[in-house]
Amino acid sequence: MSGVTEPELRHIGFQLAGVSREERQQVNSDVLGFWAFLMSDAVIFALLFSIYVTMLEATAGGPGGHQEFKFSSAFWETMLLLTSSFAYGMASVSARYARKDRWVLLWLAITFGLGAGFLNMEAHDFISMFHDNAGPDRSGYLSSFFVLVGTHGSHVLSGLLWILAMGVQIAMYGLDRRTRVNLVRLGLFWHFLDIVWVVIFSVVYLHGLIR
Amino acid sequence: MPDPHVWHPFLGALSADSFPFVEAWRDPTVSKIIAACAGGIVIIGAAVVIVLITILGKWRYLWTEWLTSLDHKKIGIMYIVFSLIMLTRALIEAVLMRLQQAVAINSPGIVSPEHFGQLFSTHGTIMIFFMAMPFIAGLINFAMPLQIGSRDVAFPFMNSVSLFLTIGGGALIMASLVFGKFSTGGWSGYPPYTELAFNSGEGPDYWIWAVTLSSAASMLTGINFAVTIYKMRAPGLTWMRLPLFTWTSFCTALLMIFAMPPLTVATLLLAADRYLGMHFFTNTAAGNMMNFVNLFWMFGHPEVYILILPSFGVYSEVVSAFSSKELYGYTSLVIATMVIALLSFTVWLHHFFTMGQSPAINASFGIATMLIGIPTGVKIYDWVWTMFLGKVRFTPPMLFSIAFMVTFVIGGMSGIILATPPLDYMVHNTLFLVAHFHNMLIPGTLYGLIAGYQFWFPKAFGFRLLEKWGWLSCFCWVVGFYLAFMPLYVLGAGGVPRREQELFDSAFRPWVAIAFTGALFLFAGLIALFIQLWVSVKGRHTNAVPVGDPWGARGLEWSVSAPPPEYNFATIPHVSRRDAFYWRKVNHGAYKPADHYQDIEMPRNSMCGIVVGVGAAAAMFGLVWHIWWLVAVNAVVTLFGGFVRAFRRNLNHTIPAATVEAHDRRWLAVANAVQPVARTHESSMANRGLACLE
Amino acid sequence: MRRDLTTYGTGYGLALLLTLGAFGIVYFRRMAPWPTFAAVLGLALIQVIVHLRFFLHIDLKRSARSDLQLILFSLGVIALMVVGTLVILGNLRMRMM
Repeated sequence: MSGVTEPELRHIGFQLAGVSREERQQVNSDVLGFWAFLMSDAVIFALLFSIYVTMLEATAGGPGGHQEFKFSSAFWETMLLLTSSFAYGMASVSARYARKDRWVLLWLAITFGLGAGFLNMEAHDFISMFHDNAGPDRSGYLSSFFVLVGTHGSHVLSGLLWILAMGVQIAMYGLDRRTRVNLVRLGLFWHFLDIVWVVIFSVVYLHGLIR
Repeated sequence: MPDPHVWHPFLGALSADSFPFVEAWRDPTVSKIIAACAGGIVIIGAAVVIVLITILGKWRYLWTEWLTSLDHKKIGIMYIVFSLIMLTRALIEAVLMRLQQAVAINSPGIVSPEHFGQLFSTHGTIMIFFMAMPFIAGLINFAMPLQIGSRDVAFPFMNSVSLFLTIGGGALIMASLVFGKFSTGGWSGYPPYTELAFNSGEGPDYWIWAVTLSSAASMLTGINFAVTIYKMRAPGLTWMRLPLFTWTSFCTALLMIFAMPPLTVATLLLAADRYLGMHFFTNTAAGNMMNFVNLFWMFGHPEVYILILPSFGVYSEVVSAFSSKELYGYTSLVIATMVIALLSFTVWLHHFFTMGQSPAINASFGIATMLIGIPTGVKIYDWVWTMFLGKVRFTPPMLFSIAFMVTFVIGGMSGIILATPPLDYMVHNTLFLVAHFHNMLIPGTLYGLIAGYQFWFPKAFGFRLLEKWGWLSCFCWVVGFYLAFMPLYVLGAGGVPRREQELFDSAFRPWVAIAFTGALFLFAGLIALFIQLWVSVKGRHTNAVPVGDPWGARGLEWSVSAPPPEYNFATIPHVSRRDAFYWRKVNHGAYKPADHYQDIEMPRNSMCGIVVGVGAAAAMFGLVWHIWWLVAVNAVVTLFGGFVRAFRRNLNHTIPAATVEAHDRRWLAVANAVQPVARTHESSMANRGLACLE
Repeated sequence: MRRDLTTYGTGYGLALLLTLGAFGIVYFRRMAPWPTFAAVLGLALIQVIVHLRFFLHIDLKRSARSDLQLILFSLGVIALMVVGTLVILGNLRMRMM
């Protein structure tokens, strides 16, 4: 049977009592559709990981992970991104409970700052690798590293742009149904990116630093 | 030899040499003249269309009624119109290739090897990405929401975006006839041939970006359809009460969501190699071409199931409707569909048995491949048993279905041969393979698409297609298929490789000659379809079926007027069993007004989908020709289209209950005034869309 | 609200511990390379589940059922693709050596 009951929606923080069946259906569809998109994105990342693993030895005489990865920057990038995930969680809680929109905007700004910090550190890492003649055009291995980590980074960048857009939307329209749904979807996106990063720091950085 | 590009900041790599007219002028060989004519047809065709629309004063109508519409029915129709245009081009290319092979035996023939390379590349790319996928998206878009009792798909705006991304990709591939040349790497684009070292020109880039546009569109479409079926079914419409076409649409959508990403990865990594100097698949610096092959077929195999499952759904609907009988073995059909969808992810290596894996790996994938024959066989039996003891009417859709059942099974058997690795080593990449996959795609996919088009046409437009031309078309398609492709089995087993521009053994002559006549028959089949359309449109008042159920069928889509109103159903139906509309007819509960009509909210039109599609296509064109300012500007335009949509608030319009009621009562008045027609007379003028119960 | 705050807080705390653990066993080089990497992967798997449970609210309750089904189905497809790729490419490399 179709049709949606309150308990289904509680976990995503909606107050939808007394709302039409069509609207509830649309909210559910909106969130499920975004999950489906995230799953297709997960396939893309999984394949990029597979290619990375098959190209671990494709260094063509050039540097591998062990030579180029730095422990401290991998660690601090992880801290920044994880904390930004927590900050977004706080933004979600504020969207649900706070009486004023500015709390949501504040936590979104913190998320943005931490995410931007993450990207900034990652960019520095990349540039220093370029200077080391360890850029993506050096070998198959380095190509796969830069595309895997770079794809994650470009997703984070898109997320930052999305946070900006959300900020403007909340300022313009407040927390109406559409902005709430979009906040949920952005949250799914942001947490998903942190999950991908967990796999990246494990399979790419820590693996490279072990050998 | 890599061409040196003249880097002009404004025009990128475009130059006078990029035009086929200039090339033909400088070097008038038959091959170059053909290329120039093709480019000319594109330009003249576009001009004719623009002039016609202007003369008829239809710009405003086109814009407000069609292009900016978010109505799933209109989007579906536009998809199919687009596919028919692309089918025409790709079929002409096929005829040209068959002609070349028929005349080029120990002689150069009429097209050069490079031209021939472009022909088979565009033929394959267009047929799969710009003919079959859009046709499927069109049929599912039109019929599925009606079948599940919904007013629209889950994401109407994204639907429009998908349509225009697809059209953008089609425009890009049409542009390749006018600007420069297309890839010669086939529809699969294997590196290292498609890398800069061997093909530094624009060809592979055209392929990469056209395919990217199409696959992005398909992925969004898959999400749209899957969520629609998952979340927007009418009350009481449980999974096991869904029509088979909806089941196959759901499995197709799942395949689209999960199978397009490997293609995205493969093509974007190839682009990274070509544009950013990376080494994923190059011969140097530790690239590995097998990664591409593995990824491409990880997409490619589920892709062919995306292509076949909707047609299987159509056959289920058509066979049941024209046998006046409930589908036999509903549960087994559903389970078979799901098994096919799941197994499709486990067989992809059979596309590259010959590329170096151990026999054990080859054998496992070979066995998995053969297993898929089992659920397919179950379906064939179910359809045959549906026809058995039914009152079968041989309408064109039914004839296509019967032709499918016989011919597709032959192709399936050649598939079992190909699934056996030692046998595949003999016939891999020969005309035997070409015969096999056309044997699956033409009788399998294409007959189903044509049958679906003819089956639902009266619902979409309110009048029937004239059967006479449908029968002629079916005859031509069937005879054409056998003549064109059965000889290829013989030739392939005899050792002729695929994609050959010239043949060297005169023993092949009779076979390729027969194949060429087959190609002509196939083209005649397409022309017959167009004539059918023209003649039917002219006679649309005599063939009108306003009540909306010309075939006496069973699904919910037949319970509304033809054409349906924008909102599909005046009131959302409540379903209590399978084939609910049929049983309502039996119990005399159909064509009754509702107790209570309500206001209905439907999406407003939006031009943002067009902006996204046009922007993306223009950006891709810029990428092909290295016109970086064009890329930057259009990337912004594309994003802007999405942003504007995100910031708009007034997205729906309300249709007042009074309007809904008036429309419904008017239609019901027609339904109650019209004479029901027996099945024996459904092809006559007496058929007004109300079926007699028998 | 308290419950929601606790959820996010617990998730963050657990994730921090798991991260510190993973970085720690690599940094302090207590074990041989392969067991170290296996431990890192194990900690990563647990952390992914922590994220799913505490940040994304995917649990075994009815309300999250369709999301959980979708994730499990996707994982199945991903497993097929990843394992298939590694086996095929590994086999090709072995036969090329």
